[in-house]
Amino acid sequence: MVELVWLVPTLPLLGFCLLLVTGRMLGEPRAGWVATAAAAGSFLVTLVVFIGLLGKDSDKGERSYEFILFEWLPAGSLRVEAGFLVDPLSITMALFVTGVGALIHLYSIGYMHGDPKYSKFFLYLNLFLFSMLMLVFGNNLVVTFLGWEGVGACSYFLISFWHQRESAATAGKKAFVTNRVGDWGFMIATFAIWSALGTVTYTEISRSPAMSAATGTAVSLLLFVAAAGKSAQLPLYVWLPDAMEGPTPVSAMVHAATMVTSGVYLLVRMNNVLTDDALLIIAVVGGATALFAALCAVAQHDIKKVLAYSTISQLGYMFLAIGSGAYVAAIFHVITHAFFKALLFLGSGSVIHGMHDEQDMRKMGALRVAMPITAATFIVGWLAIAGVPPFAGFWSKDEILLAAWEQKNIGPLLWAVGLVTALLTAYYMSRQVILVFFGEQRWEEDVHPHESTWTMTTPLCVLAGAAIVGGAINLPLVKDWLILEHFLEPIFHHPHHFSSGTTTKIILAIVSVVAGLIGISVAVLSWLMRRIPTEPLEPEFLENAMYVDATYARVVGGAGTSGFQKTADFDAEIVDGTVNRIGRLVMKLGQLIQPTQSGYMRNYAVGVAVGAVAIVAVLAWGLL
Amino acid sequence: MIQLVAAQSASSFPVLNALIIVPIVGALIVVLLPNSRPELMRPVGAIFASIAGALSLYVMAQFSIHEAGFQFQSVQSWIPNLGINWHVGVDGISLWLVVLTGLITPIVLIAVDPHHDPKPYTAWLLLLQAGSFGAFLALDLFLFFVMFEIVLVPMYMLIGGWGYDDRRYAATKFFLYTMAGSALMLVAIVSVATLSAGNQDITFNVVELAQRQALSTNTARLCFLAFALAFVIKVPIIPVHTWLPDAHTQAPTAGSVVLAAVMLKLGTYGLLRFGLYLFPEASVWAAPTLATLGVIGVIYGAIVATMQKDLKRLVAYSSIAHMGFIVLGIFAFTTQSLEGGVLQMINHGLSTGALFLMVGMLYERRKTRAIEELSGIQSAAPVFAGFFTVVMLSSIGVPGLNGFVGEFLVLIGSYETRRWWTVIAATGVILAALYLLWAYQRVFHGEPTPEDEQTPDLTLKEGLVLTPFIVGIVFLGLYPKPLLERIEPAVDDLIAHLEHHSDYVQPDIGAPVVVDENHGSEDDH
Repeated sequence: MVELVWLVPTLPLLGFCLLLVTGRMLGEPRAGWVATAAAAGSFLVTLVVFIGLLGKDSDKGERSYEFILFEWLPAGSLRVEAGFLVDPLSITMALFVTGVGALIHLYSIGYMHGDPKYSKFFLYLNLFLFSMLMLVFGNNLVVTFLGWEGVGACSYFLISFWHQRESAATAGKKAFVTNRVGDWGFMIATFAIWSALGTVTYTEISRSPAMSAATGTAVSLLLFVAAAGKSAQLPLYVWLPDAMEGPTPVSAMVHAATMVTSGVYLLVRMNNVLTDDALLIIAVVGGATALFAALCAVAQHDIKKVLAYSTISQLGYMFLAIGSGAYVAAIFHVITHAFFKALLFLGSGSVIHGMHDEQDMRKMGALRVAMPITAATFIVGWLAIAGVPPFAGFWSKDEILLAAWEQKNIGPLLWAVGLVTALLTAYYMSRQVILVFFGEQRWEEDVHPHESTWTMTTPLCVLAGAAIVGGAINLPLVKDWLILEHFLEPIFHHPHHFSSGTTTKIILAIVSVVAGLIGISVAVLSWLMRRIPTEPLEPEFLENAMYVDATYARVVGGAGTSGFQKTADFDAEIVDGTVNRIGRLVMKLGQLIQPTQSGYMRNYAVGVAVGAVAIVAVLAWGLL
Repeated sequence: MIQLVAAQSASSFPVLNALIIVPIVGALIVVLLPNSRPELMRPVGAIFASIAGALSLYVMAQFSIHEAGFQFQSVQSWIPNLGINWHVGVDGISLWLVVLTGLITPIVLIAVDPHHDPKPYTAWLLLLQAGSFGAFLALDLFLFFVMFEIVLVPMYMLIGGWGYDDRRYAATKFFLYTMAGSALMLVAIVSVATLSAGNQDITFNVVELAQRQALSTNTARLCFLAFALAFVIKVPIIPVHTWLPDAHTQAPTAGSVVLAAVMLKLGTYGLLRFGLYLFPEASVWAAPTLATLGVIGVIYGAIVATMQKDLKRLVAYSSIAHMGFIVLGIFAFTTQSLEGGVLQMINHGLSTGALFLMVGMLYERRKTRAIEELSGIQSAAPVFAGFFTVVMLSSIGVPGLNGFVGEFLVLIGSYETRRWWTVIAATGVILAALYLLWAYQRVFHGEPTPEDEQTPDLTLKEGLVLTPFIVGIVFLGLYPKPLLERIEPAVDDLIAHLEHHSDYVQPDIGAPVVVDENHGSEDDH
């Protein structure tokens, strides 16, 4: 059954090809159903492959299958194959990618209703899914890079989907170019690995002896540059808030649940080359990003911007986990985050849809009456991300905080950063829920909020269920309940084990729950009961995301552009100018000499005579 | 030895000679067609160009994969006293350039309407095809020089006769600049032939001269520099590149396409065949400088491209950036970098050729190439925008499309011998995304102006013309193996030649050191 893996990416690819040829003919809603069927089929095949893999004996190391399709780039001793690797890590990723992906396809059928480019949207969604699956299933760095760039290109298409809007077009370009900085890191890391180990294939890399410390750290950091681009970490995160220009299902699928976790996947996949020095840097950057983005989320007014910064912050958590060596915790959080963040984004899409494209939370309020299903499911997502037990987010976040606590060098500091982030998360999400669904209604007269159709609410309900019970895949209470950890164990050279005693664990868990409750209480007091003045809670400094992006824009628009322009002027005036000056000089010389070629016989005769005399004179001089 | 080869090839059909002769015959027939039937010119020309294209495909099909040397050789005595022969042959390095030349010319003839004087236009394009074939196939230095110079004439005529406003200036600049470069090459050719002779017969045979290696180190280096100057102008490499943006911008679409796809490759091909092969020691000696210039070209070309206001100039500068990758690959001297370089010549021909074709199509519709005068074309012409997007992504180097394959091999190969050069050159992939996406945004995204709104979408004929490019772009991106396995023997042979005649040794990046349970140790080969 594992052999069927080729079908997993092939189905969305077929969907893409079909829509490319017949998309406009199919029209709405059939194009949407074709794409959804491709995604759902892909999920079902993934399930079959998963069951097949479960049937193999993990203890004998049988849960790792490679399927080679053909030789892609054979050049000398470099052998790059187009091949798939099915192992616990790739199948775990593929399960939620196709599962959540299929739900979002279904949701989009209703959400994109009436759009003139309806079929094109689904064409991109299918292409995205295909690329994401190539990224996950690729058996070597280059095939992963194919998927990596593929999702980047699809992200570009989808962000600038409404390309008549200047802001959407700019955001798409910004996402692609910023991601390319990360891609540079990916490429150099690949070169360095091949140079050091003579292979780019994952199974061979994991069997290779360690690289020298310097090379290992360089490779680790280059991989992290790649991850920071794709997964929106400091300082490359700036494209993600702008990416909200895309249709909301895109934000849910590409910019929350799947693509942005690719960086986490890459580092977990390459876990055996990451050095301790690099891990410390990854932990620090991850923690800093988590805190920074949570602070920014506090003061946003756009319903999607809050979720965008929240996503950056949660991704920071995942890198904090990786930096602390807790790879399973990172993947665990990837999964639970995919559930609750996709849910929150789709919920916000439902709100935006019901409010006739209004995204400003200040113009919402009391929507729970008009949109009961959206409200109920959104609240589930809120409880999950706020870390309220027993919702899914609590378990994965708790594991990350524990891992941070146990980090060798600066554990308590990392833990404290994570804890403050947890408090802030609970606060800004509560603020959002209150502003949107509770309080007084603040929408304008001509807006008539309504609940969305069943194709949109069904995915909400399914994801809400997953956000409630998703934590069950890795419960820390009893050792046998750590299902995910046992499943993923074969891919790690040195599986991470928590050293803290039960008491510490329980105390830490209680502290984090209390932090979450404080965050919620502050939000309730200020935004619902209006006991605390709200003005100082959203300072301009935070609303503008600490002016980081604005500073980038000033540098790129100022010094950057003028530097580029000066180079272009240099090319035109100095380099090309010299060429033309030489040309003119030759012409001038020609004009100077020209009069000697007068065409008069007598002038030439004089010249010949003078010349002859001169030659004779010289010869005579030589003889004397 | 020459007689032997001649005897061999006499028995079979001299297909390489036919490649060169067919377009010339076509040009003559076009000239003889009555002026009263202008509509016949291009179709007749296209037929001959296509016959040549079909012959190039025949060469490809009959090419023996695992052979490093020259195939289909044909030798006819030309100027016996001086040892000059009509000597042609093809190997893995030139094979794909020949195929590219064979296929591009008929497509261009079919695709682009000259608007006036179709007879000389068609004839010049056919001569251009013949000359390009000759330059890629020549194995005699004198013959090569003749062909290398001959191609200037039709291109000069095309730019000067069918170009845009500033065509005279651009054509003259193009002609004088490249002529100046090759003047010294002629001196070097004569020097190499005579100085290598010693007690033996004088010869212009490239293979023979490469084997003799009879020049002193300094003479060889001087001769190499003379050759290299001609080639770096042709590529072009910074700082001798400024003829290119003018030539490209002022040339008619057909001229731009052939210039980008075929003629620039004469430079990089020349560096391989007459640089590395004839002067191995001098090439190793000059490699750091030339690799540096290549990397500068990657970055500098991209930066200048970003600021261009004219779409054609932008593509021209992007060409300079892409050719910089090839130069880096050539002078990194590894199997991967050289294979990538050769492959990238083809890739660049496909994607830049297609870009110029499409900019031409846009010009036909809107009568402008100024980026600021265009907006929202994607709304008006979505299919056109879709084709453009694929080609753009190929040019950016997105994996799955052809541009990536070449760039990746160049870079991963260069990383072994020119590590820091590679690290810097790789930033070119960021800049490539920047200038192309920014241009795309300004031209295709946004609200269309009333004029832009009327822009007609791709016609069926234009779609058919572009389809071969798209097929090539996708196929080479996914399955470059058929090309790579024909390029590799020739490239390996060239590296062995370099190692034999200089102190250069290719670093050994072997198979992984791990012991694979299934296959055993990989060290045994």
